Amino acid sequence: MCAICGCGGGDHAHSHGLSDRSHALASPPYASSDHSHAPSIEFGAGLAAVHIPGWSPQRTIRIERAILSKNDALAEINRLRLRAADVFALNFVSSPGSGKTSLLVRTITDVLSRRPIAVIEGDQQTSLDADRIRRAGAPAVQLNTGNGCHLDAHMVAQSLDELSPIPGSLLFIENVGNLVCPAAFDLGEAHKVVVLSVTEGEDKPLKYPNMFAAADLMLLNKTDLLPHVEFDMQACVEAARRVNPAIDILPVSARTGAGLSAFYDWIEARRLSYATAPPGIEPLNRRISR
Amino acid sequence: MLESIIETVENEHRKRPFGRVRMIRLTLGALAAAEAESLRFCFAIIAEGSVAEGARLDIDTVRGAGWCADCEASVALTERYAPCPVCGGARLRLTAGEELQLTEIEVE
Repeated sequence: MCAICGCGGGDHAHSHGLSDRSHALASPPYASSDHSHAPSIEFGAGLAAVHIPGWSPQRTIRIERAILSKNDALAEINRLRLRAADVFALNFVSSPGSGKTSLLVRTITDVLSRRPIAVIEGDQQTSLDADRIRRAGAPAVQLNTGNGCHLDAHMVAQSLDELSPIPGSLLFIENVGNLVCPAAFDLGEAHKVVVLSVTEGEDKPLKYPNMFAAADLMLLNKTDLLPHVEFDMQACVEAARRVNPAIDILPVSARTGAGLSAFYDWIEARRLSYATAPPGIEPLNRRISR
Repeated sequence: MLESIIETVENEHRKRPFGRVRMIRLTLGALAAAEAESLRFCFAIIAEGSVAEGARLDIDTVRGAGWCADCEASVALTERYAPCPVCGGARLRLTAGEELQLTEIEVE
């Protein structure tokens, strides 16, 4: 038997590239009785059809880059731009229906006489929220994300071109109602403010920890409904502090206005400390705390 | 996330042209804000029409770990922002599991 191809040996004419191993016989067992096993290594068999010493047609390129680094870079540009324009930006995040828009409308009504406010409204679709904000007297840009579940830094940069908030103003960014994705996307804001209403569960900070860990302030909204719902305020505060020991917590009611003056004081205090903090410290702090 | 991965690969392609992308390798922490299964599910759709079309997605998963200041030891973590699974203490610092990185690509 031929040790290379396993044929009956001597049954048919074929060559293995070695002159004395050719064998030929009268009755071939295969239809294709002639074939060659000449040993060969194809250097030009790759897509490039060429061989260069030390270079393989297949190669690995090391990249080692954080996947969200592009958004982070754009967010940093937004942050520098807002700081240069003396605009203090807050990114409001929550589940749908926590009362973010009502809270902003109320804040605009109460604060606009003292301080200019501009608003970026993020929703999947419709301009209903931006319309409400404009009726309250503040300029607003509606961002519709379509199938997107969060705002990103690029969208905010485009909105800033549109809005160009005047120096000294507050910029409220109302993110898409979603407690998951917006946590991972820095927009260039000074602080994230998470809004949780008492009609939701007090365990939400534990169920959606990333968002509560990323926020600097939690507003507990709809406190006027507390007598009618089972909501354990103390348990909620403990849950929030467990995921973020440094978070500030303020109970408010956008409907009655209860607790809102403390929120306005918080904004003014944070605006001052942000404006006087040396630039470049916050991105560093964020990197350390991550 | 996948769009930003494809964009990085396309940028790399502009810098030093190559043929087909055979494989894209990601490093993904078990506690990062992304799920390997969802990334795999969407990858082919997002890659279509790009230089990465038809590429294989390899995901290296990094387990969550933290340093507990009370145990003075490294402990395995399966949850973020949870107390130390050994002593129940809160003085816990996450040391691994948040990775979200495009590590390397294999091209022809």
